[in-house]
Order: sequence, then structure tokens, then C-alpha cells
Amino acid sequence: MRLNLKVWRQKNAKVKGQFETFQVVANEHMSFLEMLDVLNESLVSNQKEPVAFEHDCREGICGTCSLVINGQPHGPMNGTTTCQLHMRHFKDGETIVIEPFRAKAFPVLKDLVVDRSAFDRIIQSGGYVSVDTGQAPDGNTIPIGKDVAGKAFEAAACIGCGACVAACPNASAMLFVSAKVSHLALLPQGQVEAKKRAQKMVHQMDEEGFGMCSNITACEAECPKEISVENIARMNREYIGSSFTSQDK
Amino acid sequence: MELNGNVPSGPLAEKWTKYKSSMPLVSPDNKRRLEVIVVGSGLAGAAAAASMGELGYNVKCFTFHDSPRRAHSIAAQGGINAAKNYKNDGDSIYRLFYDTIKGGDYRAREGNVHRLAEVSVDIIDQCVAQGVPFAREYSGMLDNRSFGGVQVQRTFYARGQTGQQLLIGAYQALSRQISLGNVTMYNRHEMLDVVLVGGKARGIITRNLVTGKLERHAAHAVVLATGGYGNVFYLSTNAMMCNVTAAWRAVRRGAYMANPCYTQIHPTCIPQYGDYQSKLTLMSESLRNDGRVWVPKNIEDAKAIREGKKKGRDIPEADRDYYLERRYPAFGNLVPRDVASRAAKVECDKGHGIVPTGLGVYLDFSAAIDRYGHSKAHSMNMENPSSQQIYDLGKAVVEEKYGNLFEMYEKITGEDPYTHPMKIYPAVHYTMGGLWVDYNLQTNIPGLFALGECNFSDHGANRLGASALMQGLADGYFVIPYTIGTFLSKEIRTPKFKTDLPEFEEAEQSVRQRLTGFINNGGKQSAESFHRRLGKIMWDHCGMARTAEGLATARRMIQELKAEFYADLYVPGSADEYNPELEKATRVADFLELGELMCLDALTRNESCGGHFREEYQTEEGEALRDDEHYMYVAAWGWQDTSQEPELNKELLIYENIKVAARSYK
Repeated sequence: MRLNLKVWRQKNAKVKGQFETFQVVANEHMSFLEMLDVLNESLVSNQKEPVAFEHDCREGICGTCSLVINGQPHGPMNGTTTCQLHMRHFKDGETIVIEPFRAKAFPVLKDLVVDRSAFDRIIQSGGYVSVDTGQAPDGNTIPIGKDVAGKAFEAAACIGCGACVAACPNASAMLFVSAKVSHLALLPQGQVEAKKRAQKMVHQMDEEGFGMCSNITACEAECPKEISVENIARMNREYIGSSFTSQDK
Repeated sequence: MELNGNVPSGPLAEKWTKYKSSMPLVSPDNKRRLEVIVVGSGLAGAAAAASMGELGYNVKCFTFHDSPRRAHSIAAQGGINAAKNYKNDGDSIYRLFYDTIKGGDYRAREGNVHRLAEVSVDIIDQCVAQGVPFAREYSGMLDNRSFGGVQVQRTFYARGQTGQQLLIGAYQALSRQISLGNVTMYNRHEMLDVVLVGGKARGIITRNLVTGKLERHAAHAVVLATGGYGNVFYLSTNAMMCNVTAAWRAVRRGAYMANPCYTQIHPTCIPQYGDYQSKLTLMSESLRNDGRVWVPKNIEDAKAIREGKKKGRDIPEADRDYYLERRYPAFGNLVPRDVASRAAKVECDKGHGIVPTGLGVYLDFSAAIDRYGHSKAHSMNMENPSSQQIYDLGKAVVEEKYGNLFEMYEKITGEDPYTHPMKIYPAVHYTMGGLWVDYNLQTNIPGLFALGECNFSDHGANRLGASALMQGLADGYFVIPYTIGTFLSKEIRTPKFKTDLPEFEEAEQSVRQRLTGFINNGGKQSAESFHRRLGKIMWDHCGMARTAEGLATARRMIQELKAEFYADLYVPGSADEYNPELEKATRVADFLELGELMCLDALTRNESCGGHFREEYQTEEGEALRDDEHYMYVAAWGWQDTSQEPELNKELLIYENIKVAARSYK
């Protein structure tokens, strides 16, 4: 299959970027990133600079790959990261527009590569249980209901890719932050610090320049791990509750 | 030279406890004055950096990823072993120890493996306390499943994403130490050299992958937790950026690489389908709890399937060969990985393969769906359920257990694995070899430590499923925080190092020369193209089956490829910017040298053991034939100067507690 690619090129964070058009011959069994590999291999063999994009595990779990494909973060398939997207979902002769995740809090480093370290700083602000190595009691000391463990798992399945931010017109990080708040607030081990955690993480989210949530729920629709906006409701409840009760905001 | 593993004396079960209580300590006040560098932020690295930060050391942690949460530990699917015996099925620390030694085909060090089994129980507790959402039973208790090479259920899991959940636990512990100021994190920094001062590891040279700037970092000790080197085969289940560079740079500074030829080929991966393919995808070993492996009995059926004239599900029960159940009745589909992989190859070599390339077998869930469906219908008191009802009920059970894996399979292949049996074939997955370390996890260079897949220590010639996560976390949470004290307790009077020492200058200059050499090489071929060619040589000659002749040929071919690489490599851009092609070039250059050493190691080891199968050495039934008299040793290769032949050092393996026997799973 022959494809026209309109790809965002940007030398570094300081200069303006623009689209560049390429033709590439792919086949339908390739993954989207393998199609870009083919493009880059041909650019390098013609002594041109390849398109910079981030990727690593290519199994949909590390959260490194990104890309807005034809206006959608991680492309057109539901519950699928870019690395798991295959070319059989595109048509011969199609024009595909490829852009980086766009958000003020995710500055472009080069071409399609953005800086998502804001997410790390949000986790550092309180997205953990404060337990040192060696302090733990036996794992079966506190029974945890199968359904509770399942719900916590579903929130914890977030891969930190940032598609929720890229999908949101406000570039809000509510889905990402609420997934972590929920994961830990649902489990007895995380409940001790739940109030403080919600306060600190929301504060850091604001500091990083992410926008507000206006219940558009594009984040849920585009999330490759199908994290539910139910988590946002849970975080709001935790946050409001803690605003009235927490000693340590 | 003969190496000493420094395993403490005394009875096996008491070694670690006694050693821990008698080892020299570093006082809290002195810890604050000592600096430790940790390279890598996967399970081993993040756990080590977090735990040492908690103890009060000044830790600097480095990753080439944009965030410590991206390390490839995240992709581990099936689970983590621990000798909890929650199932009351006869498990114990000794049994986990025994299974691991036997699974490794009697090529691992007893003392280390017993310690691993001991601390395995603490790992689960620690992870639960961090909020890792392990699978639970209806009672609220932790659930377990089985993995290969084992007859008990000791594997803890979080659906098919156990590695992700454990890594996020370690990442959160690390994040907490970063926020407390005990760990300084360096994202997007790649280690390109280790710096030795007075023969001890005292720092590293890194490249900032965004700006290209070379940086010097000093510390009292350096810990490498940089993973395995499976990507030397180009196609593997490893992530694209996994590489050997950090470990190999240590080798080029004098560290020993142990048993590099021990490679794990995982039996259940999605078969290769095209030349453009960038990586292979694993289907978790946990699937062999319920999936049955088979090929058509009749070669004509296999041929018809390959040509698309028949489907796997059209083959009647009587015409299927469940070859693992036939050959290994005691363990059946749950034989260890090396055994299952070789058995698949044997069937495909005989012409029973079921994908167009001929390299594929079936992993079939129809029996499991049927069994679960009947059981569910029975528990729901359904009278005369229809076959559709049974299928639907059974499918729901299978979906709950393995849903994400089935989804992943369907995304890649476009075929529904509930209605068609999965097609699978072995692929490179893990490397048991790695930097040689003693009982303290210290390499032969004082002050340089290696953890997790980066070292060679615990899995012998074959790793059992769900043991990599166990080892990474054991090393990081429960071993290095103690054993690093044996080195650092002697360094409490050593002031912090300055990076203007001549050793740092020399190391930075040599890195700079190397990088500018690649940029100015002026050739025509990309690093990627060399990597693909290296991978093919390795897979053809140093893969699932090896021969003396093939290995000698491969070594020559790699030497020629290396010469061509330095003559005709092309790297675009400059060294002072974000340049993934330059990163790739440095990694491929190191893979070329490692690949050659792997072939030499495999050629020198004239026996078959675990993942190392030399066709000349097999039993009449095609099983691996060890030569304990001549090869019961760890081969630790020194290769500081690549213009010379590598130097072989041996650590003899002594079994005081286990009777060494032929490995049988029949």
C-alpha cells in the first residue's frame, strides 16, 4: 500500500515546527511504527535526517509511544497504543497526518518527541504508599476483596502515556492523576495517606500547567488502556472530602 | 584464573542469616556522606535506588528512558514466584531453591539461589504494602497459579501485567525517595563508560540524550542494573532500546562477562511474519496453565494448513499430536522453557509446522473453554446446557484470566484466539548470562555491582518462568542494601570524589572520540541494517541449536561484519543533539563484540545444558546431555583489549546440598 504522510518536524523546543510530506510504501501487516521504521530507513539511506519519535516495548505497555494520528492520540482504534496499531486499518493511497501530543505541559523536544516529565513530578508529589523496604507485614494479613483488588488494578493499569492530556481540549491531566489517586485510595494500604495524597497531587497537577476538567470525557475515549472517568469522580470526592478534613494540605 | 564466589561458609539454610548478622555495617551518619550511582530503573535498579535512599545513602539514579517507569520490566506478563506455600501444596524455600537449580540444569551457584528463595517471601509482602494489586481469591487472600518446571502453585500475579504492577510499585517507592531528596534522578541519560580510580569503580560518563552533552558523575560505588542483552539477536521479545552497552563498557574496563551463551528462547511467542518486523511479542507462559500445545500428526494436514486449505480447528482430535503431553507426561505442557522450545523446533523441523514459514505450532484453549464451561454450568445448576452456552461460560472464565493477552494476540495477528487456536513459535526472551558477580553481587572490579538480568548469578543455564521478577526485586530490595555495606564500610574515610581527576578526563575523551568517530565515519549503511544482519547470524548459528562448525563460522562472519560496520557505517546529524541514530550505533557496536564472545563461549562449552544446546551433545531421545566432569563451571570471560583473544576464567560450581542428576521432566 502507498501512503502519503504529513509529519510534524521541529528541530528542537526553541524553534517553530512545520509539516513535511513523505511518500512511503508499506504493507498491511506492518505495525504503524514499523511503517515509520521503513520511512526512517529510507531517509537514512538517502543521508537525510530521520523523523524522531519515541517508542520502546512495542507491546502497548511501557507508555513510551505517543503520536496524534489523523487527529486522534494513538490513532483510530479503541483501546490501542500506537505501537499496537496495524496498517490493515488504513487504506491504500490514504493521507495520514502525524503530530506530537500537544499540551503546554508537554513541550516538544524534537519532531514527534515531547517531554512528559510533569507526570513524574506529579507522582513524586504523593503518588505512593510511604512504606520503607522491610516494614511490610505478611501479604495476607489484610484481606482485600476480589472486586476491590480488580478495581484498583484497572486504575493502576494506566501506562502514563499522556494520551488523556493530548485528547483533552483543556489539556487536563485529571484522568492520569485520578487513576493513581483511585488505585491507592481503593486499597487499605493506601487509605492511610489518601487525603494528603489527593491534595498534594492535585496541587502539583495545577503547578505543572495542566488545564481544568470540564467533563468532556475525550480522555476516556482515547485512553489506550480504557481507564474510566469514574476515577475522576472518585478523585473529586477524595479531594473535596480532604479539603474539609485534612490537617495537612 | 580460578574465581571465588565468596559464598559464606556454614549450612546452606543459615548462610544468609548468619552473614547478614555478622557483616560490617555503615552507621547512619556515615551513610549520609557516601554516594552511590545506580544505572537503570527497572525492577532491580528502582528497588535498589529506593531502598538505598531509604537507608540514607546519597543515590543518583540514571535511565535512558524519559521516565524511570518505562524500563522493560514493565512488559513482564505472567507473574512472580515466592515460596509462601499459601496453597498448602507442599511448597517450601528448599523446594523453590531445588526447582531453580534443577531448572537451571545444575549450572547456578547454590548459595545465591537459596538466598533468592529465602527472600522471595518478603518481596510479596513488600509489594502488597506498596499497593500492588495482586490477583485475589473471593476470600480476599492472594491467588496463585502454576508456571513451567514446577509442580506447585507459587506464582503471584496481576492479570497478565504483573511486571507493570511491580515496576510501578518500585517506581513509586523511588519517586518518594526523589521527593525526599535522597535520590537524584537523571532521565534521558545514557551511561557510556564506567570510571575506575585506583582500580575501584568511582563514577560513570553519561550522555544527555536531549542535548548530547557528556557528563561526569562520581560516587563511592557504582551499581549496574541495566538488563539483559537479548537484542543481540535483533528480533527478540525485548523492548527496542534494550542493549548491552552499560555492561559491555564495564567489560571493556576489566569486568568479566559470565556464561554469555546462556540464552533463553521462550516457547510461546507470536511467529515471525515479515522481513520488516521490528520485534517479537511474547504470549505469557501462564497460558500453558490452560493451553495445550499441538501440531497435526499428519504432514499432509500441516501442509494443507500452511497453504491455507485447512484450518487448525478442522483437524479432528485423533489427528492431533499433543507432543509435550506425549513426551513429558509428568509435567506435560508445563515443562521448562528450553525443553518446550526445543520440542517445538523438532516438530517443525520434521515438517509439522502450521504457519507459511513452517515455523509455528498451535496453543489451543478449546479444551480449557469446554472444561471451564461445564464446571460453571454445573455450579449454576444448569440442566442440559447447549454447547453454545458452555462455550460462552467457558470463554468468560478464560477471558478473565488471560483477557489482555488474547486481545494483544488479536491486535497483532487479526485472528480471534477464542475460536482459532493460537499460533506460536519460540523466540529470544531472556539472557541468563551477564556480568560475573560474587555472593555480594560485586563484579571482579571492586565497587562495581550488578543486579537483576544484568548479572549471571541465579538462573544457571535456563531460567524458570516468573523468576526474573523475583530475582530483580530480591537483588534490589533485599540483597544489595545489605551487601553494598561490605564494600562501603571500608570507604567511610574516603571523601567525595571530584570529577576533574585524570581518570574522568580520560574516560570522557574516549567516549567523545568514539561518538565523533561514528558521526564522521562517512559510510553508507545504517546502524539498523548492521543490527539486522548480526541478529540473523546469531539466530542461525547461536540460537536454539548450535554446532561447533556453525559457531566457528558465525564468529568469523561477525568479525567481518564488525570490520564492515566500522568501514561503512553512516550516522546522520551530530553528537550535540537529540540523535537516536547515534545511540543505535553505539549499541550495535557493542552488540557486535558481545555476539562474537557469545559464539566463542558456546563453542568452548562442549556440552548441552539448559538453553545452550549443542547438537553434538544430546541423548538418544534428543534431550540435552551435560558433561559435569568437564563443564561444571561458570565461564567468566575477560576481554578488555579486543585486539587480543578473550581470556577464560573459571568459577567451579560446588553442589553440597543437591544431588546433581540428569534433568528429567518425563
